[in-house]
Amino acid sequence: MDLASLLLAPAFFAFDLLGLLKSIFVTPFADMAAMPDLLVQTIWEGLVSGVLYALIALGFVLIFKASGVFNFAQGIMVVFAALTLVGFHEKGVPAWLAVFLTLGVMLVLAIAVERVVLRPLVNQPDIILFMATFGLTYVLIGLGEFIFGGEPKQMIAEQLYIPRGPIDVAMLGGRVTFQKIDIAAAVIASVMIIALALFFQYTRIGRALRAVADSHKAALSVGISLNQIWVIVWFAAGIVALITGIMWGARSEVSFGLDIIALKALPVLILGGFTSIPGAIVGGLIIGIGEKLAEFYWGPLVGGGIESWIAYVIALGFLMVRPQGLFGDKIIERI
Amino acid sequence: MKPQQQIETGATLLNVENVSLRFGGVKAITDVSFDIRKGEVRAIIGPNGAGKTSMLNVINGFYHPQDGRITYRGATRSKMRPHVAASQGIARTFQNVALFKGMTTLDNIMVGRTLKMRKSFFWQLFRHGPAMAEEIEHRKFVEEIIDFLEIEHIRKVPVGKLPYGLQKRVELGRALAMEPELLLLDEPMAGMNLEEKEDMCRFILDTKEQYGTTIALIEHDMGVVMDLSDRVVVLEYGIKIADGTPDEVKANQKVIDAYLGVAH
Repeated sequence: MDLASLLLAPAFFAFDLLGLLKSIFVTPFADMAAMPDLLVQTIWEGLVSGVLYALIALGFVLIFKASGVFNFAQGIMVVFAALTLVGFHEKGVPAWLAVFLTLGVMLVLAIAVERVVLRPLVNQPDIILFMATFGLTYVLIGLGEFIFGGEPKQMIAEQLYIPRGPIDVAMLGGRVTFQKIDIAAAVIASVMIIALALFFQYTRIGRALRAVADSHKAALSVGISLNQIWVIVWFAAGIVALITGIMWGARSEVSFGLDIIALKALPVLILGGFTSIPGAIVGGLIIGIGEKLAEFYWGPLVGGGIESWIAYVIALGFLMVRPQGLFGDKIIERI
Repeated sequence: MKPQQQIETGATLLNVENVSLRFGGVKAITDVSFDIRKGEVRAIIGPNGAGKTSMLNVINGFYHPQDGRITYRGATRSKMRPHVAASQGIARTFQNVALFKGMTTLDNIMVGRTLKMRKSFFWQLFRHGPAMAEEIEHRKFVEEIIDFLEIEHIRKVPVGKLPYGLQKRVELGRALAMEPELLLLDEPMAGMNLEEKEDMCRFILDTKEQYGTTIALIEHDMGVVMDLSDRVVVLEYGIKIADGTPDEVKANQKVIDAYLGVAH
């Protein structure tokens, strides 16, 4: 029997369609109900990677809010910060000092970016600034490889007192394993997110940041120094990058491969809105949990590997319904 | 009519000397000199493209002139910088309204207080201690301005949603929040109806009376200009063609030619 007649046979359709519907809409949920401990485990795993996505997205949001620049280099800044930290430690610098030195490097980077990239490009269209951050990405990759070499490194987790090891909790008639480092990541991320939100909403500098995000010339006219603001946000994004780099590096390893994972921040941002800190968090969690659940329960249907692309599908769906994202600034346009 | 006796009184607040500004081969301003005295309303008028807005941009440091000097509060500079201008008490509004559209009226005007707020950012973060007292004090000042401009009802509205006339008023409010010594208004009445124009005129005059602010304004409505201003400088193609009281300027043949055209 040739392929065409096989596909046209009514029995083929009837049989397969039913089975397909069942394996999409029934079996996964039955599995979830049958083994709730496994469900909790999956959600927890998703939550943790969601927190890390949220951290990366946060770095994007900070810079986008204040300068309207989509900083393509945020991902590589994470790698660069982590590499610098490990690099200092390899040279025999104590861990705590290495953290401070790395912060210093991130500050220098912020100042350099402001001087060399942003200042000469003031008032240029957004796309030009975006391309500039593209260039920055490759400069940082080259610089990183030149100084630290290309091979993956081990994050200095013990020296930074990041707890390791599992905690097993018996629940729901089974056992759920929480990694201590994941708990630490969640806590640190939450603290940082709350601090940043307060900073934006309630401080003079925070208000100035929002003002700069809205209109450069108006901000200038009330005496806000753009250069100062840009250094502040890029430094803040650098701090976020360092913390992300430490947490992520401690879970796997510090390598340029992290940069690819950083692109996951894109669907997170589309989901949460480019200008919203809470959006980055919620978006990160939705993407993180969504892709783990999809991978575990629906992945076998298509032979696995859903995790790498499902985030973009979720984001695409959201884009059609709410183009400004869940929490993004409502687009106000007078016509 | 406005009182005329103020003319010739007041020390020079700002002096612009032989300023020239070029963009490549385009001469925006050529060798213009004029002064602004304390407490006066100084109008800058001229046909489209005469260099009026460029002049304001030079005064508050957005543009840096190639030649000339600017003396403000006794200090002479070859160019201003926006940050310096703002911290020295020069505030401005824009021809096409430049507000922080996503922020409320209140927040917009609060941003005008940025330079006046000095308390440490740590305290601000926790809305506590000295920073709280400071915030309350500034908030009070801002509420006064909101009262003054009669925009209480739109306090919490994102300014992007407001009609144009009100946006212009919020922008004036933000400039006033800086407690400026010199206020630069770029076409404060452009695109307004008669009633809105009358309101704006009243606000400008009250600002001068109540806060003692010196005002430099660009305006196309000649009735408004003649009513409001103490002295008028007239630019055409970047060159100063007249300078004097409204009546003198009105009678100046060059000005009449510039506005009505001249038979060649």
